[in-house]
Amino acid sequence: MKYFHLIWAELMRRKTRTALTLLSIVAAFLLFGLLDGVRESFQQAGNSANGAKRLQTGSRLSFIQPLPMSLNDRIAQVPGVKQVTYANWFGGAYQDPHNQIFSFGVADNYLDLYPEMAVSAAHRKAFAATRTGVLVGEGLMTRFGWKVGQKLPLQSTIFTSSDGTKNWSFDIVGTLAATDKKSGGWFDQMILLHWKYFDDSTPYNRGQVGWYVTEVHDVNQSDRVAKAIDAISANSDHETKTQTEAAATASWMKQMADIGLIVGSIMGAVFFTLVLLTGNTMAQAVRERTSELAVLKTIGFPDRSVLMLVLAESMLLMLIGGVLGVLIASGLGPVVGVMSRGAITVPPIGLNSWSLALALMVGIGLVVGALPAIRAMRLNIVDALAGR
Amino acid sequence: MKKFLSFLRGLAIFLGLIAALALWAAAPWPVLLALAALIALWMLLTRSGKQAASVAGVGISTLSQRLGSSSVVVIGIAGVVAVLVAMLSMAEGYQQTLRRTGSEDSVIVLRGASAAEVMSTLDLASINVIEQAPGIARSADGRPLASPETVVAANLPIMGGAPDEDGSVQLRGVGDRAWQVRKQVKIVEGRKFETGKREVVVGSGARRQFRGMQVGKQIRLGSEMWTVVGIFKSGDAMDSELWADAEMVASTYRRGASRNSVVAQLTDAKQFKQFKAALAGDPRLQVDTTTTSEYFAKQSETMTTVIRTIGIIVGSIMAIGAVFGALNTMFATVATRAREIATLRAIGFRGFPVVVAVMLETMLLAMLGGLIGGALAWAIFNGYTASTIAGGVGQLTFDFRVTGELLWSGLKWALAIGFIGGLFPALRAATLPVTSALRDS
Repeated sequence: MKYFHLIWAELMRRKTRTALTLLSIVAAFLLFGLLDGVRESFQQAGNSANGAKRLQTGSRLSFIQPLPMSLNDRIAQVPGVKQVTYANWFGGAYQDPHNQIFSFGVADNYLDLYPEMAVSAAHRKAFAATRTGVLVGEGLMTRFGWKVGQKLPLQSTIFTSSDGTKNWSFDIVGTLAATDKKSGGWFDQMILLHWKYFDDSTPYNRGQVGWYVTEVHDVNQSDRVAKAIDAISANSDHETKTQTEAAATASWMKQMADIGLIVGSIMGAVFFTLVLLTGNTMAQAVRERTSELAVLKTIGFPDRSVLMLVLAESMLLMLIGGVLGVLIASGLGPVVGVMSRGAITVPPIGLNSWSLALALMVGIGLVVGALPAIRAMRLNIVDALAGR
Repeated sequence: MKKFLSFLRGLAIFLGLIAALALWAAAPWPVLLALAALIALWMLLTRSGKQAASVAGVGISTLSQRLGSSSVVVIGIAGVVAVLVAMLSMAEGYQQTLRRTGSEDSVIVLRGASAAEVMSTLDLASINVIEQAPGIARSADGRPLASPETVVAANLPIMGGAPDEDGSVQLRGVGDRAWQVRKQVKIVEGRKFETGKREVVVGSGARRQFRGMQVGKQIRLGSEMWTVVGIFKSGDAMDSELWADAEMVASTYRRGASRNSVVAQLTDAKQFKQFKAALAGDPRLQVDTTTTSEYFAKQSETMTTVIRTIGIIVGSIMAIGAVFGALNTMFATVATRAREIATLRAIGFRGFPVVVAVMLETMLLAMLGGLIGGALAWAIFNGYTASTIAGGVGQLTFDFRVTGELLWSGLKWALAIGFIGGLFPALRAATLPVTSALRDS
C-alpha cells in the first residue's frame, strides 16, 4: 500500500487513455451486472426456503385442466400436511385481450402460505370483507396508475361473468408488496381475487380449482407427502401431479428458453473482447514506460516490486471500472423495467453477482497485467536506459 | 476564452456526429453505395482526394506492422456485431416462424375476447353457423373448407430432462378437413392417424423437444396410451404440435362436443371483410374473427419486442465499449505515427486529406470486424434451434435466422463504431502543431 501514490501516478500518466480504457471496462461490467442479475433470478426462481416447503398439485393431464374441489379436504388429511390452499387461473387482461395480467382466484387462506407477499392488516381485512375485492401487486399499480379504492374493469380471456360477457368489475382494496426482492418481479405483477366470487359468477367453473398448494411440516418429508397426495387420485379421471414449487418453477423456466446458455455466450463474447482491449492497453502503457521502470530498478526497486507495481496497476484499473459498471447496472435496472412498462424486469444485483463480478475483476486484472508485468520484471537496466 | 471556444468546437463535432449517425442508421443501401462512389470519385479526380488516397495507402500498407493493436479494433467490433446479429436473428427466426404460419386468405374464429386458441370454446351450434358463413372456399365434394379444432396443453416428458420432468406441448385435435385447410402440413414419415383410434402424428419440432416421439412408440397423453404413427413437417408453428383425431382428444380431455377454434380457408383474401361482418352480425354468435396471419403476428408481438429490445440494449452497451477500444487504439496509432503525419503536413499535405486517410484506415478495420462478426454469427447461429413457451400453453420450436438484412445492419453498426472511433484521433492528427510533432520523439 505504501506505493499507492506510485501506482496512481502511473495510471494518471495518460489521462485520455486511462479514461477510455476505464470506460470500456465500465461498459463490460454494466452488461455483466444486467445479464447476471437475469441469470441469477432464473436460477433462484422458486428456490427460496418457502418455495421448498410448498408443494404444487396440478392435473397430470395438462396444467390447464381443473381439479375437483373435493380434493381439498382429502389433501388436508394427508399426514405431514400443515395447511392446504387452492387457486384458479382467471386469465385477466386489461383493456386489450393481449394485455394479459397474472391473475388468480384464490382461497381465503392463500396468503397464509405466501409470507413473501406482504399485505397490511387493514388491506387484508378489506379483502376478506369485500366480495369483489382484489389485491394488486405494487408493480402493476404503478404500471397502470391504479389507486386503492377504485373500480377495476378486467376482461377475462377464459371465463364469462354472470352477465354472459367477458367483462368483469372488481374493487381494488389493497396492495401486495414483495418482501423477497429476488422474486419480486413476479409477486409485484399479480392480481388476487376471491375464488368464491369467481366461482359464483361464472357459469363455466362449477366448483373446480386450478391447482392446490400445500405447505408441509418438514421439508425432508416433501417427497413422501407429494406421493401420498398423488395416491389419492391415482387411477381416477383426475390424476394429479405434485412437485415442490421449486421444481415446478425450474422446469417451467427451462421451457421458456435456454436463457443460461444465451446469457453465458454473450458474457463470454463480452469478456473476451474486454480482456483483449485492456491487455493491449496495459502492454502499451508498459512499453512506453520502459525507461522509467529502468530508473526505478536503478534506484533499488527489486524485480518483484516492479512486477507487483504493474500487476497492481492493472487490477486497480479493473476494479475501478468494474465497480463503477456494476453500480451503474444496479441503478439502470429499475429504469429498464419502467421504460419497457414492466415487460422486462431486471432483478436487483445480489451478493452472488457482486462476488462473481469482483472475482472476475481481480482475475482479469491478473491475466491482462501478467505479460507486461513479467516483461517489466525481466527488463535489463542497461538496455532499457540506452533505449535498446 | 480559448477553452470555451474549443469546448464549443467539441460540442459542434459531437452534435454533428449524432446527426450523421442518425442519417447513417436511416439510410438505405443505395444511398450508402452512392456515398462510397462519391468518395472514390473524389479520391480519383481531385487534388486533395489524391493526397488522401496516397496517405491512406501508406497507412494501410503499414498495418501489418501494427498487427497487435489493429486486431484489437477488428476483434472488438467483431464481438459487438456477432452478439447483436445473434440476438436479432433469434427475434427474426421467432417472428418468421409465426408469420409463416398464417396467411391473408385463411381465418381463425375464436370465442370473443380470447387471447389465444387454448382459452376459447365454441359449441357445436356455433361451429355449424360458422361453417355456413359466406366466403369460405369449398372442396371438390362441395363441403366448406373449415376445420373445427380442439387445442389442449398436454404434458409430456422432455428430451434430456429428469425422468418425471414434464414439458407442455400443444395437442391439436383435428378432423379430416384440417389437412385441406393447412396444405403446408406434410407427412414425412409413417402415415396419418386413423379416425376413432388413439393415434397421433408428431410435428418435427416437437419430436426434438420430447421423449419417445418415434413412429410405432406408445406415449401417454392424458390418462390414455396413444401410438405415434407418423411425423409431419410444415415449416411453421405447427411443427411444434401433436395432431390427433378431434373426437379422441375431446373425450380424453373431457371437452364434449365443443371445440376451441374454427380455421377456414376463404375463396380469396378480399372475402375477409364480408366474412367477418357476417359473423359479427349473427345474433347466435359471439366470436372474434381474425386472419391467421394477423392472429400469429399478434401472438409473436410481445416476445419479439422483448428479444429485440434486449438485443439492442446489449449491442449498444457493447458498442460503447468497442468505441472506446477503437478510440484508444487509433489514438495510439496516431501518436506513434505523429512524426510521419507531421512530415507529410510539412511537405504540403493539407489537414483534411490526413483526416480522411486516418478515417479510411479505421473504417477498413471496422468493416473487417463487421464481416468477421457477421460470419461468426452466421456460422454458429444460423439454423440453431431454440424453443420457448408460446401462446401461453405449448413449447414452440424455432430456428435462429441470420438473414442478409441482419448482416447488413450488423455491418452498418460496425462502420458506425469505426467512424466514431476514427474521427477524434483523425482530427487530432490533423490539428497537432507540425513543429511540436516533429520535435517530439
